[in-house]
Amino acid sequence: MIPFWAVVLIKSALLLFVVVTTFAYAMLVERKVLGWMQLRPGPNRVGPWGLMQPAADAAKLILKEDLTPKTADPLIYRLAPFISLLTAFSVYAVIPFGASADQGTWAIGNPNAGILFVLAIASIGIYGISLGGWASGSKYPLLGSVRATAQMISYELAMSLSFVGVLILAGTTSLDGIVNAQARWWFVLPQFVGCVIYVITAVAETNRAPFDLVEAETELVAGFHTEYSGLRFGLFFIAEYVNMLTVSCIATLLFFGGWNAPFGLAMVPGVVWFVLKVACFMFFYMWLRATLPRLRYDRLMAFGWKVLLPVATLNLVVTAIIVAYKG
Amino acid sequence: MTAFWVLSVILIASAIWTISARKPVYSVVALLLNFAALAATYLTLSAEFLAVMQIIVYSGAILVLFVFVIALLSSGVAPFAAGPNRLPKAITPAIFVVLAAFGFLYYALKSVTAASIGAAGQAVAPIGAVGTADVFGSVADFGRALFTVWLLPFEVTALILMVAVIGVVLLAGDRAPYVATPRRARQVEREMREAILRGGE
Amino acid sequence: MRKRLYNVGAILKGLSITFGFMFRKRPTIEYPSVKKQHAPRFHGLHELRRYEDGKERCIGCELCSSACPANAITVIGAENAPGDRRSPGERYAARYEIDELRCIFCGMCEEACPTDAIVLTPRFEMSDLRRGSLIYSKERLLVPPEAGVGRAPDERPGGIPGDLGRVAEIKSTMDVAQGYSATWRGNILKTQRKGLTMIEPSRENGA
Ligand code: SF4
Ligand code: SF4
Repeated sequence: MIPFWAVVLIKSALLLFVVVTTFAYAMLVERKVLGWMQLRPGPNRVGPWGLMQPAADAAKLILKEDLTPKTADPLIYRLAPFISLLTAFSVYAVIPFGASADQGTWAIGNPNAGILFVLAIASIGIYGISLGGWASGSKYPLLGSVRATAQMISYELAMSLSFVGVLILAGTTSLDGIVNAQARWWFVLPQFVGCVIYVITAVAETNRAPFDLVEAETELVAGFHTEYSGLRFGLFFIAEYVNMLTVSCIATLLFFGGWNAPFGLAMVPGVVWFVLKVACFMFFYMWLRATLPRLRYDRLMAFGWKVLLPVATLNLVVTAIIVAYKG
Repeated sequence: MTAFWVLSVILIASAIWTISARKPVYSVVALLLNFAALAATYLTLSAEFLAVMQIIVYSGAILVLFVFVIALLSSGVAPFAAGPNRLPKAITPAIFVVLAAFGFLYYALKSVTAASIGAAGQAVAPIGAVGTADVFGSVADFGRALFTVWLLPFEVTALILMVAVIGVVLLAGDRAPYVATPRRARQVEREMREAILRGGE
Repeated sequence: MRKRLYNVGAILKGLSITFGFMFRKRPTIEYPSVKKQHAPRFHGLHELRRYEDGKERCIGCELCSSACPANAITVIGAENAPGDRRSPGERYAARYEIDELRCIFCGMCEEACPTDAIVLTPRFEMSDLRRGSLIYSKERLLVPPEAGVGRAPDERPGGIPGDLGRVAEIKSTMDVAQGYSATWRGNILKTQRKGLTMIEPSRENGA
């Protein structure tokens, strides 16, 4: 019997490898997809089909000079990318990729409050951006980080509320339990409104287009990471992609049945389904980015508070009433 | 027990850092560390839900607002200079307060039954093992307690927070729509015309 | 509310357009490895031509130099020595330089030349690391005698260094028989957009 800590360690190392590789190739795929949608071939110079592009990017970022502006706050400036990265990765501690068996779980830990844990970690992730922007000591990063803070607080509310409908239906907060509750019906059907709200807020939470006001290059140069260069910038970059991956995983788990096979196609292992569903979500992200223009900041906030939040609340109330009436 | 001691040291050190930091943002970072350590402490007591909530509510929402305000107000402002040393003046009241606090604490702990201490004390367990449903500190357990035994305080707290929110909306709410509706616009126009006809300014 | 719903429709429409574009043929020419075949009368790098007997066409008259709107050409003429006639005329260009960085490739020099000595070729790859080397001297502009009449200096046997890859079999967007058409770029854009309902036909034909 392998000791508990060794299991955790091995799982963590494996997971880290998987997530980082996925990140690298998700980035390549994004550039490819964006290229195709804009009638370009996308990166194809490094390796066949551009497959070595991530390695080239990594080498470039590592070799670049790591600058710290004179006006920056050195400690927090250096700390911020790590906060982003740490929170981005630690969510994966609880994400189950497949059904648990008696031998153990896919996830490193399977806490009862799984979904709340995800929310908690996600809510800390914002410190990387807001502290990094503040510590850069110049105006564009500051504006970017202030925007990020306001945006993420606003959208987190609607996001959490969109979760609650699912939690009511599943009757548990553990991710394992939520997926098992979807063996018959994926929650996207009874919780369609919740699902739409979640997808929208997820895009806003990860600061992706069309909600990427945080790094709106037309007005803020590069937003919160204007001053960052080299590997530190790379860390922010990784964090952004890993967050994308995270919200895709959560969407799959909460609304699209996790590893449950659709149409009774159970001969394909659950993990494959999970990965497929997540991939669809990632594609959707890229698709949105290639299509929609950036929102204006006040409209973004108004949309969050005046549309998403009320609708999410309404959805929650209606779900609660129906469940209480039936059960 | 080791976890408890390590966390206590972090808790106290970060609390001291919070109040002694010369830059407000450093205080926030210290406070963040403090909250994290507190959440970990809750976890060692297998109060899983409480730990997560501590992070979501305090670190994820309240402290973020601190950062928001501090980042907006203190960017480009020099760190606070060291003020006059107030320790000699403050030391007597401080000792008094600390003694009083420890007195209350002692009194409170003495009244707790031995059984309840045992229940909390043996619940120290690694994170992975915590969290099967219906266990002390789990979401289900917490929710049940909140909505049965402690329902009234819970709802009253909600009401108080609601009052605060309404107050904020009233105080900082929309002041602009002076000419918001056509009717109001016509009224304003009429008033102005009358004022001009009266030969005012 | 009605307006918001309408916006959802617009978003869906946009999404469908971008999705459709994924499967469209991409007009990209992957340049260094694939080269576009330019029109025969494309305005590119200059060359100084010779007569069939090997004599230089240029008579050093400086008309090109004065016609050039960019002041890119420097010509210093000299009398032909009786024993060693460079050109059939009285004079020849002792020095002939074109600053390709100043040149706007307008072809006025070509028009001005009384002997059709200076012409523009379809060659367009002339980037260099130093400004100085973009001032083309007579030696570089003149068709070498052994290369035969009418062959560009950089097409001399052995090719030019840094000439990468093959020339692709890409059909020019322009009808070669029609000669140079100033709107060929517009034509490319139109071909790309064909099938999109967003372009109103009046604009497509009107311009
Ligand atoms: S092409 Fe035009 S700009 Fe260039 S050298 Fe000839 S006349 Fe001058
Ligand atoms: S190139 Fe033609 S125009 Fe120019 S100097 Fe020679 S002959 Fe005259």
